[in-house]
Amino acid sequence: MEDTIKLTYEISGSDLLQAGEASGLLKLRLKQLGIPQEVIRRVSICMYEGEINMVIHANGGTADVEIGADDIFIWLKDTGPGIPDIVKAMAEGFSTAGKKARDLGFGAGMGLPNMKRCSDEMTVTSTVGHGTTVFMRVHIGKSADVASGRLLHASPATPGYDI
Amino acid sequence: MTVTELAQQLSLTVFHMPEPQLEITGGYTGDLLSRVMCRMKPGHIWVTIMSNQNVAAVAALSDAACVLLAEGVAPDEELLIKARERGINLLGSSRTVFPLCGELSRLL
Repeated sequence: MEDTIKLTYEISGSDLLQAGEASGLLKLRLKQLGIPQEVIRRVSICMYEGEINMVIHANGGTADVEIGADDIFIWLKDTGPGIPDIVKAMAEGFSTAGKKARDLGFGAGMGLPNMKRCSDEMTVTSTVGHGTTVFMRVHIGKSADVASGRLLHASPATPGYDI
Repeated sequence: MTVTELAQQLSLTVFHMPEPQLEITGGYTGDLLSRVMCRMKPGHIWVTIMSNQNVAAVAALSDAACVLLAEGVAPDEELLIKARERGINLLGSSRTVFPLCGELSRLL
């Protein structure tokens, strides 16, 4: 019996209007698994904000998701320009998004703060010139039953910070 | 108050309404998407003048009861397509945001 469900989404960096595809697919999958609605909402916001950041700043990237019995783990990895000052980037209202993104309603400087607020644990690791990895954990709160069998417990996650 | 009741009371334009019986529990107004995701709660009506397809994504992941496009803004064709795909209630009004929100506050 499988302990965790592992999913990978490729985030295209080509079109900001198309962003949200991965978070939409993940939301659907979590619904099918019977994950509580509030947990789905928090995970979806984490994923969506991450997607938007990767499209705006890094020309896309990859999202790896592990769904365990107790927690959902997300690793967002890109090979973009990196974040020179993570503390500054985490501050509400700080944004380096361009006019095109702002015209579409992005660039409020709330992306990373939203991800932190909606997750129970978040780590940002970045190297200028090489890329950024964001790790997030969202606690489910109770064990989830899935159609293919019951998820008993989550495997310990090892964040991949090798960027 | 349900989405369809509100649409009738305020004579709103119905662009798409797949779930007319959804209960509206409150509301939020704003156009900066991350701020909307931060503040809007499930069951809220979202009043905005943004009309691109990202509106559907934000409304869906925030579990909004409906989106209300103010000031006569019409949805982009892509927003309509996404609203249909994601089952988003999408309404419109020619009124400006301030009086519209005043009426919503009185009704909800």
